[in-house]
Amino acid sequence: MKYSKTLSLSLLTLMLGACGGEQQESANLHGPDPELPEPQRGLLPSMEIAEPEQWGDKRPIVPDGFTVTAIATELQIPRQTLVLPNGDILVAEGRGGNAPKLKPKDVIAGYIKAKGNTSVESGNRLTLLRDSNGDGTYEEQGVFADNLNAPYGLAFYDGNLYVANQDALVRFDYEEGQTQASGPPEKIVDLPSEINHHWTKAMTISPDGRFLYVGIGSNSNITERGMEAEVDRAMVWQINTETGAYKPYATGLRNPTALAIKPGTDQLWAAVNERDELGPDLVPDYLTSVQEGGFYGWPYSYWGQNVDPRVRPQDPDKVAETITPDYSLGSHVAALGLDFSSEVMGAEFSEGAFIGEHGSWNREDPVGYKVIFVPFSDGRPSGEPVDFVTGFRDEDGTTRGRPVGVTVDPRGALIVADDLSNTVWRVAAQ
Amino acid sequence: MTATVDRHYQHQTIHPLHATLLASTIPLFLGALLSDIAYFNTFQIQWSNFASWLLAGGLVFNGLAILCAIIGVFRAGAQRGKYVLYLILLIATWILGFINALQHAKDAWAIMPTGLVLSVIVTLLACAATWVGLTNLRSGAAE
Repeated sequence: MKYSKTLSLSLLTLMLGACGGEQQESANLHGPDPELPEPQRGLLPSMEIAEPEQWGDKRPIVPDGFTVTAIATELQIPRQTLVLPNGDILVAEGRGGNAPKLKPKDVIAGYIKAKGNTSVESGNRLTLLRDSNGDGTYEEQGVFADNLNAPYGLAFYDGNLYVANQDALVRFDYEEGQTQASGPPEKIVDLPSEINHHWTKAMTISPDGRFLYVGIGSNSNITERGMEAEVDRAMVWQINTETGAYKPYATGLRNPTALAIKPGTDQLWAAVNERDELGPDLVPDYLTSVQEGGFYGWPYSYWGQNVDPRVRPQDPDKVAETITPDYSLGSHVAALGLDFSSEVMGAEFSEGAFIGEHGSWNREDPVGYKVIFVPFSDGRPSGEPVDFVTGFRDEDGTTRGRPVGVTVDPRGALIVADDLSNTVWRVAAQ
Repeated sequence: MTATVDRHYQHQTIHPLHATLLASTIPLFLGALLSDIAYFNTFQIQWSNFASWLLAGGLVFNGLAILCAIIGVFRAGAQRGKYVLYLILLIATWILGFINALQHAKDAWAIMPTGLVLSVIVTLLACAATWVGLTNLRSGAAE
């Protein structure tokens, strides 16, 4: 791990100030109207890779009035979680993607980035966790289903358990209390999976159970694999649960990594990861309500009508129709988890959304590596985000965990999947 | 007679391995330039992938030629001046070629137009280095 640190430092030194040395925590990076600096990119991109370390006696830091416990460890790359009606928790485990390395750069960057991630094999399974007596200790842990293909999005409605693999949407029958799937799943529809540069298929379900919403990330950072690779990418599909019929629900969303319906409404929300290599404070990852038929900019423009000069041919018509997202989470935080809160999380955190931030890899001054809470009022995000779970990464780069999916457990807890330490954390209100 | 011709030949050129490494830089850097021109005109991204790999290949051969040239400088004797000029040209080619490789590591159109300009300069430098290397120097090994 020393090596990667040294390497990243020497890369930074080589940049000769091309990327502007000092980083001040600029006043206005979050919220509805973030500051957008001029795009910049030195000859070498900034890379600051996490240095993995065991948790040992350390624990994530949670606000007063909350406790944190590891309810499952030694998983095989936990990503997203789902709380079933009886309180059992399902954990989707795996690693996807099969993007070929097209340039010398891909070979080098792939090697460096791998140092900041777990080296555990992809689980390709769902693990079920059970706490029979409700004491917060999940004493039962078993494999609910395996032989899946990098499962990520999970949704449940009335006896149907939906799983979004990296290449297909599948369905299991589920009866309350079941600890193991009764058989292999039934495929509802294939999902776009060629290349799968961004492979995660985030998912949520409409309140009436009729439609699934599946996020399909772009096949590149900014079209460097060609526009042909971007057919059916960077969009959210709406899929009929009965027939498997689908349509693009919203487009131009570069990498919609987490989807959720705001409780009490039919409104879909998405956490979206934006493009890299335009500088440390571009482009903000965001939380936004998703309008049916809306276009959100990728690849032609970012944060509304800011044209990205790296895309050829350009498309001024698409730029003109781009919707500006609702709420900036900050650039490069890598928001991978989203769930709406409720009164079970206590008065201070009752109205708003929790966001799991995996953390940056291409920013000199790392950001993310925590779970935040975005307060809402009148159904809209309002105010600065609040740190909810921290302590995943130290100042010196030592990193014990990286949050992914977050799920509110109606019993009064936030379930956080951590794909670096392969742990599921439970942050319970006391 | 044959021996005389051989001797004459050896006196005129650098070592064949050195010459091969040196001459290889031209098609590789020129290939990168042509690929850049194709990407510039068509927006077809595959051309920029070709350019990136051709540049990387050019840098490998260019680097090996620099090693040969460094050895040659020490064995050049009276020709040292020409050899130093040759070495400087090779190193200049490599440095600009490396900067060009970093430029080509940017995504999509961010490569342009700087990448194309650098490819022109690097190709010209490689031609100059090869010209000097193949016409003005003789192999130290032949002495």
